[in-house]
Amino acid sequence: MSAKRNDGGPKEVGTTGHVWDGIEELDNPMPRWWLWTFYACILWALIYVILFPAWPLITKATPGLLGFSTRANVAVDIARFEAANAPIRARLVEADLAAITADPALLQFSTSAGAAVFRTHCSQCHGSGAAGVQAAGYPNLLDDDWIWGGEMADIHLTITHGIRNTTDDDARYSQMPAFGLDELLETPQIDAVVQHVMAISGQEHDAALAAEGVAIYAENCASCHGEAGEGNRELGAPNLADAIWLYGGDQAALTYSVVNARFGVMPNWNERLSEADIRSVAVYVHGLGGGE
Amino acid sequence: MTSKNVEPNSLYTAREPIFPRRVKGNFRNLKWWIMGVTLGIYYITPWIRWDRGPNLPDQAVLIDLSARRFFFFMIEIWPHEFYFVAGLLIMAGLGLFLFTSALGRVWCGYACPQTVWTDLFILVERWIEGDRNARIRLHRQGWDAEKVRKRAIKWTTWFLIGLATGGAWVFYFTDAPTLLRQLLTFQAPFVAYATMFLLTMTTFVFGGFMREQICIYACPWPRIQAAMLDEDSITVAYRDWRGEPRGKLKAGVVDATQGDCIDCMACVNVCPMGIDIRDGQQMACITCALCIDACDDVMDKIGKPRGLIDYLALTDEVAERAGAAPIPVRKHILRPRTILYTVLWSGVGVGLVVALFLRSDIDISVSPVRNPTFVTLSDGTIRNTYDIRLRNKLGTAEDYMISLTAGARLNIAVEGRADTVVTVPANQTMTQRIYITAPAGTDAALDDKTPLRLWVTDLAAQDRIYHDTIFNGMGR
Repeated sequence: MSAKRNDGGPKEVGTTGHVWDGIEELDNPMPRWWLWTFYACILWALIYVILFPAWPLITKATPGLLGFSTRANVAVDIARFEAANAPIRARLVEADLAAITADPALLQFSTSAGAAVFRTHCSQCHGSGAAGVQAAGYPNLLDDDWIWGGEMADIHLTITHGIRNTTDDDARYSQMPAFGLDELLETPQIDAVVQHVMAISGQEHDAALAAEGVAIYAENCASCHGEAGEGNRELGAPNLADAIWLYGGDQAALTYSVVNARFGVMPNWNERLSEADIRSVAVYVHGLGGGE
Repeated sequence: MTSKNVEPNSLYTAREPIFPRRVKGNFRNLKWWIMGVTLGIYYITPWIRWDRGPNLPDQAVLIDLSARRFFFFMIEIWPHEFYFVAGLLIMAGLGLFLFTSALGRVWCGYACPQTVWTDLFILVERWIEGDRNARIRLHRQGWDAEKVRKRAIKWTTWFLIGLATGGAWVFYFTDAPTLLRQLLTFQAPFVAYATMFLLTMTTFVFGGFMREQICIYACPWPRIQAAMLDEDSITVAYRDWRGEPRGKLKAGVVDATQGDCIDCMACVNVCPMGIDIRDGQQMACITCALCIDACDDVMDKIGKPRGLIDYLALTDEVAERAGAAPIPVRKHILRPRTILYTVLWSGVGVGLVVALFLRSDIDISVSPVRNPTFVTLSDGTIRNTYDIRLRNKLGTAEDYMISLTAGARLNIAVEGRADTVVTVPANQTMTQRIYITAPAGTDAALDDKTPLRLWVTDLAAQDRIYHDTIFNGMGR
């Protein structure tokens, strides 16, 4: 490989006049390819400004001749996905509630859709993992304890109409008297009935007080919570004999509940979600591990 | 102000056309053989069939990107086994180190695709346009009918070779006969045509026009190999202590002061890189050894011993100048460095083969659900939830039984099933939710963490694997 060098001769190009330490800067023109690229970029920018949204105005930008909008593109994409999902959503709405889990396609679709609905609308109270908030009145949806029932139809009804809200006449409604606040029971009686509840739920308790509490329980509590504390789903009365406590199961928490009475509120979702979404989230919640 | 010196020397050097002359000899024959074998492997491999049963492709070597699978005869590599590819790349790297430290740029000279295809293109060029002198004449000639005809034939042939090269490449990625049918009926996917076009054009341009410029300007390997060579590495070298002073051989004149080199330029004329090896070892030399063949031929004719240009190491030069006996090639090659490379190379290779035979046809990955870490059930039972992914690498649907072993009492249940057996379809991955429970008051329920081992047993194949995970309790 022989090196044939183009040495070139000296050629007069002026200098820019910049001199530093004896080094002068030649005034060579810009390379032609560079200049043409530069002009092309200017031309491209002009065309772009005319065709696409460019100059920011007070509330929006100049629209451009092509009417391009990322929002419109997203709307088209969403419409496309909704159109693609329309048939299976229609099937979901028509299906028998109890039969959804037996249909693999419906189960898969509604579980995925329900997970999205849950994260958007339910997780604020019930938590992103559906574990609720322990001892603070937001029920854990993963366990096998249901205040209003854990069958698909029960869950669907609860989501549709909500609990103790004022916007839906069909909302589930429960009402526990505030035994202390309304002076229905004396303080010693309350202490006794709390000890009885701790006894039936298998906790350490004062046996003498608990024995006193048996009669008080039978008279005041058993009508809703059941003779043995098993609860009543028709009335939304929680099971008092198990290991799960919505507001805490120790003596202080139980005393507070008997004195003041506590209940939760859940909105009715029939006005905010479509039937398909409600069914999806019902299937999702049913499949979290506690569905009946 | 006036300027003194103006336009600097141009930094651009125009390419000098190279017209390698035909050469015959041992190394040239070796190169023909290597070309035949490597190109044969490349073009024929996609057409080899291999029966794998009804659900799997019957192509022996197939990179199935859509199914994310690599098939190589009886071996099937899944994406999670990518370490095999990493291992092969490490072996390729170590192999290059080994060969370079022992034999210099033997890869460049014999096996590099750029060298092999350029060799093929030069062969085509010689068939169509003639040998060196004819080609130089044609190069200088104006664009008359003869030149147009020869160039057209040459370029068309090159293009067809390029097309076959790009074509063979795409066959590695899908069923070759099907794709060929699609290609011919213009029904193949766009990506196939685009890939073929790209590789056709790179072959055509790199082999036909770029040639040695790829090695000199584009390839990083000549730079890296400078660090790999040492004084025992064997490269192509000129015995200048024997050849110099060079001079033309005159009939009937015996000049004792003259060296063996008769300055016939045979070594320069055959060189595909256009260099003069007598200038010493240089970056552009790919050690293709064609100059050795050319010089040996000349030495035979003038009755001098062969080996004026030869495979030599730097230590040979020192020894031979001092009049010592030449060092045998065996001693150059067998030294601690090359032995170390060989040991490492074989170590990785043996490791890969062992891993290949030890791998199971089942694969499991476990994601414990940690939001929340555990759930208390109404009877006080503590429940943990796990999402497990089961991968069935067999060509038939398999029944997998899921079980666990642990140092504490734990129960297992599979979501949606009464028993703990799930059926995973052939060649598929399935996600399955499982529940593990600890009865109220037991150690696992009360402890913070209990280690456990999940087992997956293939009931039919009696193959089983495990995965270790943790059970979260209340924490006492």
